[in-house]
Amino acid sequence: MQLFPCPFCGPRDETEFHFGGDAGNVRPDGADLPIERWANYLYLRSNPKGAAREIWVHVTCGEFFVMERDTVTHEVLSSTALGGEHAA
Amino acid sequence: MTRRYSALSLFKEGLAGQTGWKQAWRSPEPKPSYDAIVIGGGGHGLATAYYLAKNHGIARVAVLEKGWIGGGNTGRNTTVVRSNYYYPESVELYGLAHRLYEGLSKDLNYNVMLSRRGMVNLCHSTVEMEMGARTVNAMQINGIDAELFSPEDVRRVAPIYNFSPDARFPVFGGIWQRRAGTARHDAVAWGYARAASRLGVDIIQNCEISDFIIEGGRCRGVRTTRGTIRAERIGMAVAGHSSVLAAKAGFRLPINSYALQACVSEPVKPILDTVVLSPGTGVYVSQSDKGEIVIGGGLDRIPSYAQRGNLPTLETVVAGLLEMFPIFGQLKLMRQWAGIVDVVPDSSPIIGESPLPNLFLNCGWGTGGFKAIPAGGTLLANLLATGRHNDISRPFDLDRFASGRLIDEAAGSGIAH
Repeated sequence: MQLFPCPFCGPRDETEFHFGGDAGNVRPDGADLPIERWANYLYLRSNPKGAAREIWVHVTCGEFFVMERDTVTHEVLSSTALGGEHAA
Repeated sequence: MTRRYSALSLFKEGLAGQTGWKQAWRSPEPKPSYDAIVIGGGGHGLATAYYLAKNHGIARVAVLEKGWIGGGNTGRNTTVVRSNYYYPESVELYGLAHRLYEGLSKDLNYNVMLSRRGMVNLCHSTVEMEMGARTVNAMQINGIDAELFSPEDVRRVAPIYNFSPDARFPVFGGIWQRRAGTARHDAVAWGYARAASRLGVDIIQNCEISDFIIEGGRCRGVRTTRGTIRAERIGMAVAGHSSVLAAKAGFRLPINSYALQACVSEPVKPILDTVVLSPGTGVYVSQSDKGEIVIGGGLDRIPSYAQRGNLPTLETVVAGLLEMFPIFGQLKLMRQWAGIVDVVPDSSPIIGESPLPNLFLNCGWGTGGFKAIPAGGTLLANLLATGRHNDISRPFDLDRFASGRLIDEAAGSGIAH
């Protein structure tokens, strides 16, 4: 069992967390955007092998945060609240 | 040159102490250029090369594999072959694969040990039975064999299931596909490799792609650990690593890579002669021809490129197995492994031209690539040979994510995604 660091609750079992997608995938703004822009936002993923910046949610406390992680070794490099004020 | 396998050749080798067998496929040095390059020496890549040579007469083909052929997901699955899908587009696709599997041993002159032992998807409530009836109706309308099973029918094919009154997942019935079953996964890779090699295809192992050659906005070849190789048409069938190659080619895909685990018990005497899937536990199981109980379940919950899987998911799978079959409580697990699967939002594959012209995709099979190998190979070969879709591959083009014409098989076929 791997422990993931929630910036609010500290280290918890990996089963308490849910993956939420690439960090930095910002919802596009505007009514006249081309459909490709929406498709990029909704579906395309970086899916890196190695260093990754991802959005996760700690289901138990309900907070979303950014976790930097290696997708090969599963080593966690950092865990930061979305606003940046908490860090574990 | 490899020889043709027959009852007579088996008999002669028996008398000669099995000393006359030759290498099943050639291992040539890569040439500087080919008519087509296939990246990935798994089932889909090898099948693509075989059908390029057989169906389209294009034999100046190289299959480039970074490790050894069949060493990725082809060697890491649970060997189930089935076509119990819901949407007409999927039925065309997996139905093609299933039909080709049924003639594959003869076509390749290689015994892939297809065993049509049947598969039952269990229903654990009256609601699931209604959904089961809907699925059976859809399969029958689409021309795929399906039967709606009663609890007695399930008891007949899987008598060791937990039918006790206090079972956590009681059986209300199931969806039965008689033609479903298993095949020998390594034999599929080796059989395609041997047949492709006989037709002139170069299978090049230990050859990793470092970069794509892009000239005039088109893909013209690849740089590899074994030199630069050029071709006018390039196909990739690299499953969980599709995003990694796409990044080298300068685009992104609608894919997340996850580990999918499986495990196998010690071999025991024959006790289960069909494939049983329970949507309630998320676990499916069959018995191999050697006697091992082969167990699969859902995806790991964490995107990963680590080919090992994590413990919580394995615990869920084993707990689910014991809910289904308490008799397996004494079994010892021999091996556990994971393959990296390329999961797409609608759980359907991506087949078509990539954003980089001349580079074609066969990816996104997620948890279900093995059963689709003959179709994936046929369709990618058609794309590489003609540059165009046929009616079966057209709905699976990358453009469906912009047009919104998704083929949502996660819900349609009840598979665990």
